[in-house]
Amino acid sequence: MMLNYTIRRLLMLVPVLLGMTIIVFLIIHAIPGDPAEVILGEKASEESKQALRQELKLDQPLYVQYGDFLQNLVSGNLGTSIRTKEAISEEIMPYLAATLELTIVSMVFAVFVGVNAGIISAWKQNSWFDYISMLIALIGVSMPVFWLGLMEQWIFSLKLQWLPSIGRMNPRDPIETVTNLYTIDAMLAGRWDQLWTAVKHLILPGIALGTIPMAIIARMTRSSMLEVLRSDYIRTARSKGMSQFLVIYKHALRNAFIPVLTVIGLQTGMLLGGAVLTETIFAWPGIGRYIFDAIGSRDYPVIQTGILVIAFLFVMINLLVDLLYHAVDPRIRYD
Amino acid sequence: MAVPLMTIQNLQTHFVTDKGRIPAVDGIDLHVRKGEIVGIVGESGCGKSVTSLSIMGLLPKPAGTIAGGHIYFKGEDLAVCKEKRMQALRGDEISMIFQEPMTSLNPLMTIGEQISETLRVHRRKSRKEAWRDSIAMLQKVGISRAEGIVREYPHQLSGGMRQRVMIAIALCCEPELLIADEPTTALDVTIQAQILDLMKKLNEETGTAILMITHDLGVVAEMCHRVVVMYAGKIVEEGSVKDIFHKPRHPYTRGLIRSIPRMDSDGGRLYSIPGNVPLPGTITEGCRFAPRCEHAFDRCMRELPELLEQETGHRCRCWLQT
Repeated sequence: MMLNYTIRRLLMLVPVLLGMTIIVFLIIHAIPGDPAEVILGEKASEESKQALRQELKLDQPLYVQYGDFLQNLVSGNLGTSIRTKEAISEEIMPYLAATLELTIVSMVFAVFVGVNAGIISAWKQNSWFDYISMLIALIGVSMPVFWLGLMEQWIFSLKLQWLPSIGRMNPRDPIETVTNLYTIDAMLAGRWDQLWTAVKHLILPGIALGTIPMAIIARMTRSSMLEVLRSDYIRTARSKGMSQFLVIYKHALRNAFIPVLTVIGLQTGMLLGGAVLTETIFAWPGIGRYIFDAIGSRDYPVIQTGILVIAFLFVMINLLVDLLYHAVDPRIRYD
Repeated sequence: MAVPLMTIQNLQTHFVTDKGRIPAVDGIDLHVRKGEIVGIVGESGCGKSVTSLSIMGLLPKPAGTIAGGHIYFKGEDLAVCKEKRMQALRGDEISMIFQEPMTSLNPLMTIGEQISETLRVHRRKSRKEAWRDSIAMLQKVGISRAEGIVREYPHQLSGGMRQRVMIAIALCCEPELLIADEPTTALDVTIQAQILDLMKKLNEETGTAILMITHDLGVVAEMCHRVVVMYAGKIVEEGSVKDIFHKPRHPYTRGLIRSIPRMDSDGGRLYSIPGNVPLPGTITEGCRFAPRCEHAFDRCMRELPELLEQETGHRCRCWLQT
């Protein structure tokens, strides 16, 4: 049953992804500016621009270009960057890995702090803890991320000099890349000093990026827990002599978790899309920066593929969340 | 006469609301002996459920508090007991089952987990032992395919089955006192009878005393040895089932009994006590039932009568009986 559902959902992704390719393709071609001119510079001769357009097939009608793009995609060819002439499928990997590593760190921070703050706020409703943590959560959702990032750098890098302000690694001691997840690579190489350096580089951007999800998760957990804590089965659990810890973490949290899980999924998807601002401030070579730079140089294939990869990850996360619903709540059935 | 298992003395439970402090339970005295089934009857809002939650220490915080009095359970005063100690007692020596079997079980845990966790907390049993005991307990409460049911979730069971599961949870540690708060109100009539029979049988077999909270005099007549009638936070009459049904003294008790539909009546309108239970917080001086009482006279409006013993074990709070 579960397997059937998963297969059906995966098949349903085909039209979704197809629709996405069309939208992405059209939007990108609506970006003003002539790629040939951007690549060759304003002073290039008209002939050389024309030659480049022909080479990149930009002189073909849109549907032909789309057809080519789709054909390549289906055959596993993600295209070649106009700017670097590299295969995008290879070029994109380090960027994707950088974003993935940062997303994982941010979400672990956001879920751990957010869920626990939400639980305690609900359990101690209207206490000082509740007021203060919900105030922090409110500030967290409304604060601009770039400002938070700059403040972190100012305090923890510049003033206290505890943590590095930018990058993923000490540039003088480059890491031997295998997976491009630097923490994993450092462990694979047995370089514990590099692992520590990689972790230190992750902390500030991780907190900056995780703050908004953390605040949303905290507020969602609190309201969901408040509802659950009033329910009859919580009274039953207490009447059985369960300790407060067991009542909250074993009986209440799981029941309160479905809406929280939804938020976690959405936020993870959003972070995987790359956070251009945060990545810029922390000079983090992630997917957001990669696509942003590609837009600047009208590198159509990179933009297209980059956005498609992000969209693909987003729908996969959503599918994963849907499947997790069932693991949390056996009443949710997929027939 | 055996030493009471539980003695409640002058219990006062107050609720703090927007309209001020409301005495939901206003000085009740009550005792339950070993193995006895005592019923508390009364209309909604008379304080019977609040009494049971006070005993369990499960009053909704911070609104509800025990403002005075004592609840002695085997010599220990539960009214001033620490939460940790209450946790040790709850589910082990005192258990409770609730009105709503449909919502009283955790929807995300299997039946087996919900029974065995009680055994694991109080009896420190291994996972395996607790699981085996859970199956045995389900068989004891009359569930036939217990091995299958332990793996199922509450939503897969009917209301009657769920209430049996609740009873299994409540009785798995062989408590000395079971508080049953309207255990059959939400069930079909045929299932009601089965559940009552089951509780009565378990009472006889295990000697667990039962405090039966209900508004249904039929349930009282069927189950109880003794009855306490509550009205607006106070006890108005107390006696054996025989006394209460055959020689009711308080006009409220008489009214309750007259309100029971009878097969041999002439088919006219059913009797009902005129008026409504006073809203908590609006109670004035005098007998609380006086505004609705057909026999009320001057004194009833001015002075609250005492709960006086009329005959052995039969107490009544009424000026007509003095």
